[in-house]
Amino acid sequence: MKKCEAFIIGGSAGSLDVLLRLLPRIDAAIPFPIIIVIHRKHGSDSLLTDLLSSRTKLIVKEVDEKENIVAGTVYIAPSDYHLLIERDNTFSLDYSEKINYSRPAIDVTFQTAAEVYKSNLYCLLLSGSNSDGVNGLKSVQLWGGKTLIQDPASAQVAYMPAQAKLHVKIDHILGIEDMGDFINLLA
Amino acid sequence: MEILLSDLLEQYGYDFTGYSRASLKRRISRLYGLDKALSFAEFRYRINNDHGYFKRFVEQITVNVTEMFRDPSFFKTLRDVVLPKLGTYPFIRIWLAGCSTGEEAYSISIILKELNLLHKSLIYATDLNPTVLEKAAQSMFAMSQMKQYSENYILSGGTKDFSSYYTANYSLAKFDDELKSKIIFSTHNLVSDHSFNEFQLILCRNVLIYFDRDLQHKVLSLFDESLEELGYLALGTKETINFSQITDRYKRLQTEKIWRKVEV
Repeated sequence: MKKCEAFIIGGSAGSLDVLLRLLPRIDAAIPFPIIIVIHRKHGSDSLLTDLLSSRTKLIVKEVDEKENIVAGTVYIAPSDYHLLIERDNTFSLDYSEKINYSRPAIDVTFQTAAEVYKSNLYCLLLSGSNSDGVNGLKSVQLWGGKTLIQDPASAQVAYMPAQAKLHVKIDHILGIEDMGDFINLLA
Repeated sequence: MEILLSDLLEQYGYDFTGYSRASLKRRISRLYGLDKALSFAEFRYRINNDHGYFKRFVEQITVNVTEMFRDPSFFKTLRDVVLPKLGTYPFIRIWLAGCSTGEEAYSISIILKELNLLHKSLIYATDLNPTVLEKAAQSMFAMSQMKQYSENYILSGGTKDFSSYYTANYSLAKFDDELKSKIIFSTHNLVSDHSFNEFQLILCRNVLIYFDRDLQHKVLSLFDESLEELGYLALGTKETINFSQITDRYKRLQTEKIWRKVEV
């Protein structure tokens, strides 16, 4: 299996529950960063970070702009900014137009990460009710990264992973219970 | 992309080389697709030889998304803490750097008016992009935004009827001329232009996120040179001065991204 340099998870409606079940299962010594982009209302940043932090021994933090991306850390995209990955392995933020009615847009993070990490990138798209993330997964595939979706049958809102399945060649379809093991095995 | 950036610098004197690449690249690719460029060579030729297109290019690759009273708690702190403090001065000079289409300039003007300080204030609203400044000077914004702006205004501590500040004109809301009377819109490029005055308050929100660390250092020094002692510097929610050499001379106000220059 290819080396994993970054594991990125995108989700919308119905994805928080998946994250809360997934995070406790991830090994504390995971040798790559986990980056989470989920759609939510503007202004509840620390709440989400605290909530996710309570479920894992890993450091969970909201991204600061120009921050170095460090292995073994769970990063959360701040609300109301797009999150981009730079070539020098840092984050940058962008307040440009919403994409798919969303900011942060999963597409933006997937697409910029795809160019940086190429075949060493894994992107997982969870439950959600719009098609954000689908174009992002296309880029990931184009640059040789791995495309993953939550099994639509297990998703509270199947539309988002189902759209991805329809439009992109998906490498792995994961049930909620399988995600933790899958991630740990990439180490 | 690096070729385009060096063209812009040589041809027009616009220096984008200190901009964060991922965002810039997205903006350029977006425009390339939007304008259906036939090839990179054609795209490049147009930028270099068609001045009208160059203007469009600059307008499109810089981010001009903004709103009135964005982050209401920030504007509440301006209203409750910062501006009353500056109100004790005989004259208030404010620099709004990277003002884009002007929504924040009018927001500040509204607060100054309500605090009865507008008559002795001057807001220098600058942007590198002349096109957005022309729009800003028209003081007209989409009517469809007014509900959101009104909500923001109330959350920021506003108590008036927000609609009393504009006249509805089909799909546009035209803001009162009085609000504009103390705003000077002017071009200024943070990358290449120098300090042009001393201010008691400098606002530059969600501009530094597009710059790399070196350019951020440079721009923060420019702000430091342009800020009076005991003046205030306000940045965007996710921006900071912590990494820079000016940080020792500044004390942060609780919770908001506002720093006060302390006496040395």
